[in-house]
Amino acid sequence: MSLLHGISASNGIAIAKAYRFVEPDLSFRKKTVEDIPEELARFQSAVSISKSELESIRDTAAKGLGADEAAIFDAHILVLLDPELLTSIEDKIKTDHVNAEHALKETSDMFITMFEQMDNEYMRERAADIRDVAKRLLSHLLNVEIVNPSMITEKVIIIAEDLTPSDTAQLNREFVKGFTTNIGGKTSHSAIMARTLEIPAVVGTKEATKLIQDGDIIIVDGFKGEVHINPTPDVIATYENEQLKYEQQKTEWTKLVDEKTTTADGHLVELAANIGTPEDLEGVINNGGEGIGLYRTEFLYMGRNQLPTEEEQFVAYKKVLQGMEGKPVVVRTLDIGGDKELPYLNLPKEMNPFLGLRAIRLCLEEQDIFRTQLRALLRASSYGNLKIMFPMIATLDEFRQAKTILEEEKQQLIANNINVATTIEVGIMVEIPSTAILADQFAKEVDFFSIGTNDLIQYTMAADRMNERVAYLYQPYNPAILRLVKMVIDASHNEGKWTGMCGEMAGDEIAIPLLLGLGLDEFSMSATSILKARTQILKLNKGEMEELANEALQMSTAEDVIQAVTTRCKL
Amino acid sequence: MVEKQFIVTDEQGIHARPASILVSTATKFKSEINLIYNDKNVNLKSILGVMSLGIGLGAEFIISATGIDEQDALNELEDALKNGGLTN
Repeated sequence: MSLLHGISASNGIAIAKAYRFVEPDLSFRKKTVEDIPEELARFQSAVSISKSELESIRDTAAKGLGADEAAIFDAHILVLLDPELLTSIEDKIKTDHVNAEHALKETSDMFITMFEQMDNEYMRERAADIRDVAKRLLSHLLNVEIVNPSMITEKVIIIAEDLTPSDTAQLNREFVKGFTTNIGGKTSHSAIMARTLEIPAVVGTKEATKLIQDGDIIIVDGFKGEVHINPTPDVIATYENEQLKYEQQKTEWTKLVDEKTTTADGHLVELAANIGTPEDLEGVINNGGEGIGLYRTEFLYMGRNQLPTEEEQFVAYKKVLQGMEGKPVVVRTLDIGGDKELPYLNLPKEMNPFLGLRAIRLCLEEQDIFRTQLRALLRASSYGNLKIMFPMIATLDEFRQAKTILEEEKQQLIANNINVATTIEVGIMVEIPSTAILADQFAKEVDFFSIGTNDLIQYTMAADRMNERVAYLYQPYNPAILRLVKMVIDASHNEGKWTGMCGEMAGDEIAIPLLLGLGLDEFSMSATSILKARTQILKLNKGEMEELANEALQMSTAEDVIQAVTTRCKL
Repeated sequence: MVEKQFIVTDEQGIHARPASILVSTATKFKSEINLIYNDKNVNLKSILGVMSLGIGLGAEFIISATGIDEQDALNELEDALKNGGLTN
């Protein structure tokens, strides 16, 4: 047995077999072959193994993920059996006396280039199909296994270098009990995803994929950020016991599901949830969420080959609004860029994607995409309590432009006799220091603020949150951050508006007393953190926390702040 | 050999999904089946071949079949084209 240390990304304990989600080594050398018939037979056998593999993946996908996901594999089978492709490869083996791997690579590359150059989007996507099929064939020629996440049919813990949004889209939630990745931090996509799925995760272990083999028994300790590989029966028993205790603790919290969140001295705040898809609603309701403080709409756009239609978006937004039965739902418009890419938009690579054309900047540039989303939102608005929020606003002008576009789409819909809610609050994310500093001016025009702490900290401290070597600069309790948060909250209250927070900080037990003291109105967090936060807030006294927050604002380091809060609140 | 000319009436031309239907249909027959468009002649049993032509709205193309089941093949392909709304 051995033990790996990483960063705790999502609470809980998982015990299951390892499933390595790792790209295999598909390198090979060009060789001259003498025995042509044997080489052809070797190739044909790879084709037939690939075919039966694809058929069984298709059948499993149809059952677990649905007909649309399965159709992709039908397309792959057609490409695999394409006579033009097969004949060109076989001809190359015969005439050039080269190994099948080389013939396959040359031929598939030729087709991929041909399709990538077409001016039709459908055709360009076929290049990806050819690439996938060629990879599968190559893996069978080389006798190495490639990962088929759609084929997982038992409880597993995913072991990966990192998990991208399109990777997670392929995973069947029923069977994935936990994640362990080599890279990443508390705010990387894989960590956020794990919290949304309510499964334990440890990220940033550096060498999980090196040390863990398929089928190893793994314990993911999401509290301590530890991963046990093939533990002894004693260790397993201890963890099974802890798992049980955590379940009991959760049952205890469940008693607070229908309670309001009122401090000991009678001050009321709202505890909301961050979600990514309509499927997350169940978790929000089970965990007593009083609203949705952040609906990340990016997931509608990810893990697919083209933009979602207005209708698809409308259906998703309507489902969330109806599901929340009149409770507030803050929807963030498309936030793409930074660590979230959409390959099908073919955007140029940037040197500093976090400082580049992302979120609202992209939406103002690509207005068709933005307007489609706004129309879907406006049409859905009559089904609940919708609030629209623009991400990454740096200047008032950006907000005014976005709001004008929203207003244009609204008038257009009304002119076409389509129902639109009469009042829809329009707010902004505060993630960029310039916006926090100028919050008093913004507060005159926006309906609300929501502080996105992950990015606000990254931009204030000038520290890339994907870079582990500067992770020490991710300091939510730094007085500099607390002062910015205070400026934003005060500015909103002066104009009779409200401020929420939808970053990781809002659910953090050290941050909660401070945020309460600073006057935060809405705390939005992972659904699983809500009941724990409510338990904490019910016991706190707002007046006392105001004093504590005022002291913290005058401190010089994050360490001093942490010390003060843990002492005062006995954490 | 039998052959027949068609005109594409679908706005999107012959894109991925209809192309798959044509190819799956053609594959069921023993005959050699070709699609001729713009002086280019491709194997209708090849999805990559058919799609590489980029056949758009208003395009005229010919399907030809040669072999023991050539007439059945042509009839069934014509049905597939009409049912898929690709031609009139």
